[in-house]
Amino acid sequence: MSVPYAKLPRWADYGLIPFINLLVAFIVAGLVVLLVGENPFRAAAILIEGAFGGGQNIAYTLYYATNFIFTGLAVAVAFHCGLFNIGGEGQAYIAGLGVAMVGLTFDTVLPWWLNFPLAILGAALVGALWALIPAYLQAKRGSHIVITTIMFNFIAASIMVYMLVDVLKPLTSMAPQTRTFQPGAQLPKLNWMLEAVGFSVRSGPLNVSFLLALVMAFLVWLLIWRTKLGYEIRTMGFSPKAARYAGIKEARIIVITMMISGALAGMMALNPIMGDQHRVQLDFVTGAGFVGIAVALMGRSHPAGIVPAAILFGMLYQGGAELAFEMPNISRDMIVIIQGLVILFAGALEHMFRPWVQTVFASLSPQTVGMAKEQGV
Amino acid sequence: MADAAIELVGISKSFGPVKANRDIHLEVRRGTIHGIIGENGAGKSTLMSILYGFYQADSGEIRVGGKPVPIRTPNDAIALGIGMVHQHFMLVENFTVLENIILGAEGEALLGRSIAKARSELARLEREYGLEVDPDALIEDLPVGLQQRVEILKALYRGADILILDEPTGVLTPSEADHLFRILNQLKDQGKTVVLITHKLREIMAITDTVSVMRQGTIVATRETSETTVEELAELMVGRRVLLRVEKEPARAGAIKLEVKNLTVKDGRGVTMVDDVSFIVQAGEIVGIAGVAGNGQSELIEAIAGIRRAEFGTVVLDDKPIDVTGRADPAELRERGLAHVPEDRHHVGLVLAFAENENSILGYHYESLYLKGPFLNIDAIVADAEDKIEKYDIRPPNARLRTANFSGGNQQKIVLAREMEQDPGVLIVGQPTRGVDVGAIEFIHKRLIAMRDAGKAVLLISVELDEIRSLSDRILVMFDGRVVGERGPEATEGELGLLMAGVEAKEAAE
Repeated sequence: MSVPYAKLPRWADYGLIPFINLLVAFIVAGLVVLLVGENPFRAAAILIEGAFGGGQNIAYTLYYATNFIFTGLAVAVAFHCGLFNIGGEGQAYIAGLGVAMVGLTFDTVLPWWLNFPLAILGAALVGALWALIPAYLQAKRGSHIVITTIMFNFIAASIMVYMLVDVLKPLTSMAPQTRTFQPGAQLPKLNWMLEAVGFSVRSGPLNVSFLLALVMAFLVWLLIWRTKLGYEIRTMGFSPKAARYAGIKEARIIVITMMISGALAGMMALNPIMGDQHRVQLDFVTGAGFVGIAVALMGRSHPAGIVPAAILFGMLYQGGAELAFEMPNISRDMIVIIQGLVILFAGALEHMFRPWVQTVFASLSPQTVGMAKEQGV
Repeated sequence: MADAAIELVGISKSFGPVKANRDIHLEVRRGTIHGIIGENGAGKSTLMSILYGFYQADSGEIRVGGKPVPIRTPNDAIALGIGMVHQHFMLVENFTVLENIILGAEGEALLGRSIAKARSELARLEREYGLEVDPDALIEDLPVGLQQRVEILKALYRGADILILDEPTGVLTPSEADHLFRILNQLKDQGKTVVLITHKLREIMAITDTVSVMRQGTIVATRETSETTVEELAELMVGRRVLLRVEKEPARAGAIKLEVKNLTVKDGRGVTMVDDVSFIVQAGEIVGIAGVAGNGQSELIEAIAGIRRAEFGTVVLDDKPIDVTGRADPAELRERGLAHVPEDRHHVGLVLAFAENENSILGYHYESLYLKGPFLNIDAIVADAEDKIEKYDIRPPNARLRTANFSGGNQQKIVLAREMEQDPGVLIVGQPTRGVDVGAIEFIHKRLIAMRDAGKAVLLISVELDEIRSLSDRILVMFDGRVVGERGPEATEGELGLLMAGVEAKEAAE
C-alpha cells in the first residue's frame, strides 16, 4: 500500500507547526474569554504585558521558565528512550530533600558557590534515586512506567508532608516548612542581567538556576545526539527490537535513562528552594512536573525547542497571574483553562495539523520536501 | 476475441512530487487471467488501489463493461462486481469463516437471517468453484492457503465478476500455490475475470493469458503470455538485461565454522517453534534453509544470533560454545565474527528514523573506530558510511539522509554493507531480497557468493525457493520446527515443495 511519506523542512517541523498549534490554542482561548464577556484582544495584551512588560515581569516569566526547562528536559530524555516519565512532579518534589540536606547543613559554613554544586548533586541524586525504583520495576518486571511514576508522585507527596511536618519543621514554627536558609545557601539573583539591557527590576526571583537550566539543555543535546549512550537511548526509543539486535542491554539503558531523567527533574527543586524562597515549603513544585510533559511535547523533545516552550509556559504562568488580577471576570481557573488549551493543541493534538501542512508543502514546493520514492508493494 | 471487462484510459496519480502512475492504458478482456508484473514501487499496487476505490486517480477514466464509471470507494467497486484479495489478509482471526464472509454485508442488526443466507450461498459457491472450506472453522485455526480461499469466497459472495489478487502466492507453499492456480483457472472457466499482480515471473508464465509489465509508473508493454519469454519480461521490468541465474563455482567447503546441536526454541506463548534441530555450516559454503514462512526458520536464526533465548541445545561458533540458552550477547557474538542480517530490516536491522550513517554502525557502535571517549566520532562515522555507500552503490549517495527515505533495496544494501564489511567468519542472512527490486537482487546474490568464495560460512534463510536453490550448496528444509530433509542444489522444486509441505515427515511418522 502506498502512503506518501513527506518530511517537512526543519523550520516547518520545529517552527511552523508549533506556531499553528499555538495560534489555534489562542483562538479557542479567545473564544472562552469572549464567552465570559471580556475582550479577548485586551486580555491578550494584558497577558503579554504581564509577562514581558517590564524587568520585574520578565524576571518572573524566566523564573517560571527555569522550572519548566528542567522538567521538560527530564521528560524529553526519557521520551528519547521510549519511556513516558510522568513522575517529574514527584522526582522534583522529593529532590527538595536533597537541597534541604545541603542547605540546612552547610548554609552557615560554606559560601553559595560551594553550596550550589553540592545542592545540584543532592537534588540530582535524590531525583535519580526516586526514578530508579520505577525504572527497575519496568526493566526487570515489566511494570508499566507510566503507572508506577504516577503512583510515585503520590508517595513523594506524602513523604514530603511527613518530612516537613514531623521532621524538618523547626520546633517553634507553625508552618510546615524548613527554617530559612542563611545567605550561604541562597543563590544570587540575575536581576543585573535584565538591568544591563535597560530594564529596572525591584525584586525578581530570577536566579542562577536559570543559567544552570541552559547549561543542562546543552548537555542534554550533547548526551542525546553526540554520545554513545545517547545513540543507544535513541535506538532503544525508536525500536527496542533493533536495540536488542545491536546488543544494547535493555534493562541497563532503561535504568540509566530514567535516572538521568529523574536527576534533571530533581534539579528543578533548586530554583524555588535555593533561588527564591530559601526554604523547603509544601507543594513547592506546583505542577511544574506536569507542565514539563507539555513543554517536552511542544519542544519536540529537543532542547532547542524545550527552552522556548518553557519560556512560553512561563509567560502563561506570569502573564496569567496578571490577567486574573486585571480582569475580574477571568479567574485563576480561567488561566488554567487557557494553559490547558495550549497543552491540548501543542501537546496532545500535536499531529492534528501536520498532514494538512504536509499536503500544502508537497504541492507547493515538492523539491523542498525530501519525499521518499513511492513504496509500492 | 472477448470484450473488455475493465478498461483504464489515461490513468495518472501523483503523491506530491512522486508520479506513481502515469497515463496508464490497460484493457483486461472478460474471462481471462491478466497478469500485471513489475518491480516493487513500479506502481502496481497504486493502480489496483485506484481500481478498487482506495485512491482517486488525478486524471483518466475507468470503464467497466464499456461504460465509464466513477469509483470513489471500495463499495462502488464492489457494486460494479470488482473484488479484491489483498496481500495481507483482511480477516478477523477469532471469527469463523462465515462471520468473516458476511462482515460488512451483515444486512440487519440481528445476524440470524443473514448468516443462514450466507451459509446456503457459501455452499453454492463451494460447489460451483471447488472452494471447499468449513464455514464454522475459526480463521486462526486455518492454514494460510485456506485463509486465502476465504478471501476469495468473500469477494465472490459480494458478487464479484472481476477478481484482483495482489501478490497472492507470497505466503503459500508451492503446492498451495498450484492449488490456487487451479482455482483461478476454474474461475476463468466460469467466465470470471482475474487480475493477478505479482513480481514472480514464473507465476505469470504459468497461469496468465495476457501480461502487462509496469516500470516507473507506466505500462511499458503488454504481451500475450504464450508469445513472450521470462527473459523478455525481466528485461522489460528492469529496463536492462538481467542475469536470472547466479553464476558460481562449486563450493570448496572447509573447516566447520558453526555447529548447531539439538536446538529447541519456544516462542512467547510457549509453543515449540524450533524442535531439536542440528546441522553444521562449513567455511566456504552457503547452507540454505527452505520452508514456508512460520515454520521456525526465524526463531532458529534469532536463537543462533543471540537475540532470542533457546530452551535447549548447543551452538558452537569456531569451536567455542555460544550460550544460547542463557546470556548470549549479540555484541559479543559480533566480536567473535558472527554477522547477522535479520529478516525484518524495518524493525530489527535498521532504525528507519536514523540517518543512514547512524544505521551503518548499529551493533558496532561500541567500536573504538567510531568513538572519541564517550562521544560519537561523527566525522569518522560519516566517512565510513560514505565508503560503504560507494562500495555497495547505495542510492541516493547521502550518508545524512533519513533511512526511511531509501528504497527497500537500498535499505537492504545498508544492512548488508554494515554486516559484510566487518569481515565476519560466519554470516547469517534472513530474507536477503524480500521487497527488493530485481536489479538489487542480482547485486545482493553476487555479494553473497563472493562472501562464500572468500571462505566465509553463510547460513541463508529465505521463503523464496528460487533464491535458496540458486545460492545454496546444501539445502535444509524446515517444516513445523524440524529439519525434515537435506538436499543438494540439484534438488527439484517439486521435491523441495513436498518437503516444505511436510509430506515426507508425515509419511515417516506413520
